[in-house]
Amino acid sequence: MLAFTLRRAVQAIGVMLAVGVIAFAMFRFAGDPVNQMVSIDTSAAERASIRQSLGLDDPVLVQFGRYFINALQFKFGVSYQFRLPVSSLLAERMPATLELAICATLFAMVCGILMGVYSALRRDTVLARLFQAVSLIGISLPTFLIGILLIYLFAVTLGWLPSFGRGEVVKLGWWSTGLLTISGLKALIMPSITLGLFQMTLIMRLVRAEMLEVLRTDYIRFARARGLTTRAIHFGHALKNTLVPVITVAGLQFGSVIAFSIITETVFQWPGMGLLFVQAVQNVDIPIMAAYLLMVSLIFVTINLVVDVLYTVVDPRLRATVGRAS
Amino acid sequence: MTQPVLSVRDLEVEFVTRRATLRAINGVSFDIAKGEVLGVVGESGAGKSVTGLAVIGLIDPPGRISGGEIQLSGTRIDHLPPEQIRRIRGKRIGMIFQDPLTSLNPLYRIGDQIVETIRTHTSLSESAARRRAIDLLAEVGIPAPEKRIDGYPHEFSGGMRQRVVIALAICAEPELIIADEPTTALDVSVQAQIIALIKRLGRDHGTAVMLVTHDMGVIAETCDRVAVMYSGRIAEIGPVQEVVRNPLHPYAKGLMGAIPTLAGDDKRLVQIPGAMPRLSAIPPGCPFNPRCALAFDRCRVERPEPIRQGTQSVACHLFEPAKETAA
Repeated sequence: MLAFTLRRAVQAIGVMLAVGVIAFAMFRFAGDPVNQMVSIDTSAAERASIRQSLGLDDPVLVQFGRYFINALQFKFGVSYQFRLPVSSLLAERMPATLELAICATLFAMVCGILMGVYSALRRDTVLARLFQAVSLIGISLPTFLIGILLIYLFAVTLGWLPSFGRGEVVKLGWWSTGLLTISGLKALIMPSITLGLFQMTLIMRLVRAEMLEVLRTDYIRFARARGLTTRAIHFGHALKNTLVPVITVAGLQFGSVIAFSIITETVFQWPGMGLLFVQAVQNVDIPIMAAYLLMVSLIFVTINLVVDVLYTVVDPRLRATVGRAS
Repeated sequence: MTQPVLSVRDLEVEFVTRRATLRAINGVSFDIAKGEVLGVVGESGAGKSVTGLAVIGLIDPPGRISGGEIQLSGTRIDHLPPEQIRRIRGKRIGMIFQDPLTSLNPLYRIGDQIVETIRTHTSLSESAARRRAIDLLAEVGIPAPEKRIDGYPHEFSGGMRQRVVIALAICAEPELIIADEPTTALDVSVQAQIIALIKRLGRDHGTAVMLVTHDMGVIAETCDRVAVMYSGRIAEIGPVQEVVRNPLHPYAKGLMGAIPTLAGDDKRLVQIPGAMPRLSAIPPGCPFNPRCALAFDRCRVERPEPIRQGTQSVACHLFEPAKETAA
């Protein structure tokens, strides 16, 4: 078990190294950073001294080593546009993105699983068919369109919810949260739904298909022959077996929720990392882009690791295979 | 004669499909007495398993019981509402399925599955149910049950898993056990152990057993009586010695003739020509008539009713006293 986790962790480090190379390469192929920092009338001598002070005339490997060691300490350099350390910029924006991503994932999991179970158990009811139709919309409509439609309906026409921003936030140490104020919570509703809708429909369809599959298995038939109550069979036996693949998908989707939050944050002007990234792209702010790339891949890799470990917690058979392999 | 544990009368099971209504079971009647083992044999699709599922009330739509009566110790159970038949399942009728590898939920410890079943049907406390589960595992022959109770299904071999399944089927001391091909998925040496176990449990607890199988060896070794099914009907039913040694129905004769013996005469085994008709194409009259060497005109138009012949009962026009000469 421990050996398995360690082996996965080593693989994760390998992935992070590869991403680090790509992030570093962005600096070298996206133009001369000195040009972006100085004005047109800076003399060549001055440019050379800046270059030297930034260590840009060292060999590539030395530069990469330096970048790598700094990245390990969460030092990602200074943003070209804000003239502030990238790490503090990201840290400032991260709570907004994480709160949004967690709310969106919770929304997707809770609604997705409930709707999926319902439409598997009551397959022929009108409501189950309605869920299926809604899920088709959720899968096929692009995120930004859903966001804009929600804004039009609930912010412009009905005026119930704010159309942009995070509302009032409360500082808890360095973490700023919108969960403690009414306006913060209200501001969270539409972005969460927009961001989580695709995941919700995905989870709903997955749960429905898996549940129907599991209900056909021999052990469910045997559970019925043992005289267990329908409730115990559906929610004790069938649902737990259904959740094994759902954990994987939901876990991996949490990563893409964070990555996709770029679009949602832009639509709702949500002051998170995604919005920061979009501004960085517009201004060719390479340190932010590189750091964001590293951050997102770190989150992805960590989630993968957690999902792998969670798997073995839910399914005892994997514990055995994992034990034998190690 | 005392009241039989299970009494099935003129059972009919239909499957309603878009094209037609298929009758899988057509007028099946039999009794099983306390402590008796009734074997049910026949080719695949003869309706053996469907009969078992009908008794325990697990025929899923589009299938339904369309006629006849099922009585358990004198109470009619075929028209009970779902919640009441559920209370009977597992408590008064235990069922064992064919494949022990897939009968247990892989995510739960076997002890939890047994305790869950016991507590569904009795008012035992968690710890009392666990003690009972350990006793049950010991009774079905699982070594070191107090350790094994915390194992997961994948940690057991096929034979051991079938023992766990049997423990689950008998945990509420049912009056009747329906075993649907309990040994088909196991290898031969384990088969004998499982059969011996089912037989012993039936004897010790006075449980009636309905043993569905297509293994004539198992039937001859285990059963008190045997029913031969063909196309959703019982062709012949009687004491196992009689039916195996002296089968009356031409189909039963063919079936018994197809059993190889160790006596070793080099004769070719008897083979019944053709295949059992599909449910959508059962011929009129006796369903066996197209494959029967002795069929005559009446077999093609009139369905034979069961006729008593000594201790046996056979559904064949050959045995109708008045018409015997006509054959």
